[in-house]
Amino acid sequence: MPDGDTQVPELAFPLDIPCLKRGAMEGTKPFVAQAEHQAKLGFPGELVPDWKEKALAKMQELAEKNRAFQVYLDICVKCGACTDKCHYFLGTGDPKNMPVARQDLLRSVYRRYFTFAGKHFPWLVGARDLTEEVLNEWYSYYHQCSECRRCSVFCPYGIDTAEITMAAREILDSVGVGQKYSNEIIGKVKDIGNNLGLNPKALRATLEGLEEDIEDDTGVSVRIPLDEKGADILLVTPSADFFAEPHIEGLIGYAKVFHEAGVSWTLSSYASEAANFGLFIGSYENMREISLRIRKAAQDLRVKRIIFGECGHAWRVAYSFLNTLAGPWDFLDQSYPVPQHILEFTWDEIQKGTLTLDPSRNDHIRLTYHDSCNVARASGMGDYPGGQFEIPRNVIRAVCNNFFDMEPDTIREATLCCGGGGGLLTDDLLDLRIKGSAPRMKALQDVTEEHGVTHMAAICAICKTQFGKVMPKYGYEMDAILSVHQLVSNAIILTGQEDADEDEADDA
Amino acid sequence: MLGTVYAILFYVATLVLLIGVVRKIRIYARVPAPLKIPTTPAPKTRGGVILRVFREVVFFESLYKSNKWIWLFGWVFHMALWLVLARHLRYFTQPVWGWVEIVQPFGTYAGFAMLAGLAGLWARRILVERIRYISSPSDHLMLALLMGIGASGAMTRFVAHTDIVAVKAYMLGLMRFRVGDLPSDPTLLVHLGLVIVLMIVFPISKLLHAPGVFFSPSRNQVDNPREVRHVAPWAAKIEN
Repeated sequence: MPDGDTQVPELAFPLDIPCLKRGAMEGTKPFVAQAEHQAKLGFPGELVPDWKEKALAKMQELAEKNRAFQVYLDICVKCGACTDKCHYFLGTGDPKNMPVARQDLLRSVYRRYFTFAGKHFPWLVGARDLTEEVLNEWYSYYHQCSECRRCSVFCPYGIDTAEITMAAREILDSVGVGQKYSNEIIGKVKDIGNNLGLNPKALRATLEGLEEDIEDDTGVSVRIPLDEKGADILLVTPSADFFAEPHIEGLIGYAKVFHEAGVSWTLSSYASEAANFGLFIGSYENMREISLRIRKAAQDLRVKRIIFGECGHAWRVAYSFLNTLAGPWDFLDQSYPVPQHILEFTWDEIQKGTLTLDPSRNDHIRLTYHDSCNVARASGMGDYPGGQFEIPRNVIRAVCNNFFDMEPDTIREATLCCGGGGGLLTDDLLDLRIKGSAPRMKALQDVTEEHGVTHMAAICAICKTQFGKVMPKYGYEMDAILSVHQLVSNAIILTGQEDADEDEADDA
Repeated sequence: MLGTVYAILFYVATLVLLIGVVRKIRIYARVPAPLKIPTTPAPKTRGGVILRVFREVVFFESLYKSNKWIWLFGWVFHMALWLVLARHLRYFTQPVWGWVEIVQPFGTYAGFAMLAGLAGLWARRILVERIRYISSPSDHLMLALLMGIGASGAMTRFVAHTDIVAVKAYMLGLMRFRVGDLPSDPTLLVHLGLVIVLMIVFPISKLLHAPGVFFSPSRNQVDNPREVRHVAPWAAKIEN
C-alpha cells in the first residue's frame, strides 16, 4: 500500500487509547508468496483444494505439539487487560488489532471444532465456522502483529499473542497461503546464506571496502575478516550490517572493538545472516535449518566462540533457541556463554579497560535508546534478569555524555515495537508500519521536547531500517536513528590513531 | 424427593468437575513446550520461577501492571471468593477445623466484597467499549452465574434464613453416600442449583484459567536457555 495517503496518527501521549474504528485496517495485507517461494520452504504453492481439513488438522497438530498454543487458546478470560497494549491498535484504532481480539480470530475457530461448548453452543461462546472469509481475515490481521510480546507482559496468564500469530501463519503456510516477504527471504538464506542474497564474492568486496574506509578515517588498519579458519570468534550479524545505514556503522564499531580487544575473529559467508525469519512464520523446521548453518560454519571454521551482532529477533533465536535448535555446543569454549551478544563482549572490554573511549566525540548527539522488543521481552543479556536493559545503557553511558530515557511506560519490558518487526518490514505494509510506530514516535517527540533529544539508538536491524523509513513522517531526519556500536565507533580511539583530537566524529 | 434430585445432581457435577479438570490438566502437562519462551526479564532459577508464579497467582502482578481497575475488581473478587469457600468448609467438616472457625466472620462479609468485585468487572464489560467488543454472551453469563451464587448465598444468611443445621447434615450425609432431607427454601435451592451449574461448566469454559495459569510457558519457564539445552521429545526425533 502506498504511504502517500497514510494519515499519520497524532497521539496526545504515547499510550493514548483511541476510540474503536471498526474495519479501519480491513483488507490491509502483504503480498502473497508465489509458488516458487513456497516450494523452497516445503509449503504448497497455492491454496490447496482441501484447505479446510488441512488447516484444522494443522491446528490439532499444533495443539498437540505446543503447550503454549493449547493453554493460551483455552484460558483467556477476556478480562481486557491487553486491549490497550498493542501499538498497532493504538496507532490504527481497529479493534481486531487488540491482542485478545486478534487471538479470538483463531480461538473462535478452535472453539467451534475442538471444544464442547463451541461444538454445541457456538453462539454462546463466539465460536464460528472456518470459511474462506475467515482465512482471509487471518491473513490480514495475523500480518498486522509484529510478535513483539508487549501484550504478554500485561496478561495475568502471560498469554502471548505472538505464539498465536506464529501458529496462524504456520497454518496458512500449510494450506498454501504464505507471505511473500518472509518466505522469499527464507529461501534466499537457504540458497545463499543471507537475507539479501549477497554472494561470498560481493560480501568480500564489501568488507574490503569497509576496511579501507576505516583506514582512511583513522589511519589504523582494522580488519574485517571473512571465512578465516581457526579464528577464535565467529561473528554472526544481520546482513543489513553489510550495506544499510546506520547498520554498517555498527559493523565498523564491532570491528574496532575486536581490534582493540586484540581477539581473532571472522565472519562466515555460509552463515552470513543472524536474522532467522523462520521465527516469524512459526516454523520450527525452517528455523532449525537456518540455525544449523551457524553450527556448520562454526565447525568448519573451527572457532571457539560465537558472537551475535545487533539484531533483535536474531538475538531471540540465538539466546533463547539456538541451544535447542542447533546445540549442543560442547565443541566451543565453555568459559563463555554460547552464543554471546556483541554488547556483552563490548561491555566486558569496557570494564576490563581495554578500550580507550572519548565520549565527548558524541557530544553533538543528544540520545535516547529504543529497547528492541525481542531483546527486551524474549531474551536476556549478562547473567542477571534485566541485563538486556542495563548492558546496552551501560555501554551507551560509557560512550555518550547526553543520554535520556523515554517515558518509563514505553521502555524496558514495556517497550513499544518499532512497528516493523515480525516479518512486516515490507513496503506493501508501509501504511501499517507508519501507524504502528506512532506510540514510539510520540514517546520520542516527548523527550525531544523535554531534553532536546536529537537521536535514537537501537540494537536491531529491523528497528533501524523501520525508523529510518518512518521517522521522517514524524519530523526527524532519516539518519536520526543510530546503531549502538556506531556510538562506540565514534567514541573509540584506536591504538595509534592519528589526529584523535581534531577528528570530529561523524554522526551519520 | 428434593434431597434425592440434588444428591444426583451433586454427584454428577462432582464427577464432571473432577474428570474434566484432571483430563485438561493431563493434556496441559503432557503437551510439550518446544522452545524456551518465558516473557523476560524472567527468573534464572526454579526457585525464582516458583516465586514469580506465586506473585501472579496471589497478587495478580501482571494484571496490576496492566490496569488498576481490572486488578482491583478482579483481585477483590478472587480473594473474597477464597474466604467464602474457606468459610463453607464448615458445612462439610465435623468437628469444624480451627482455622475455619477463625475465617468464619471474615468469610461471611467477604460475600459482599465478592459481589462488589463482580459488579465492577461486569460494569467494565458493559461500559468500556473495548471490553464490550471482546465479550461473548458466555462472558456475561459467567458473571451472572457467579453473582447469582453470591447473591443467593448471602440471602440464605441475611434475608431468608435457611435451616443451616439441616443443610450441613445433608451435606455430611452426601459425603458418606447417605441421602437425607434438604430444606426446601427457594433461595437455598437456587444457590445450590447455580453451584451445580458452575461445577459442570468449569472444565468446558474459561474457568480453566485456574489450573491453566500454572502451565503458561511464558510464566513458568526458567530463563536459562544458554546454560541448559531444552528439547521437546518430538523435536528430538527430527534430529536423527
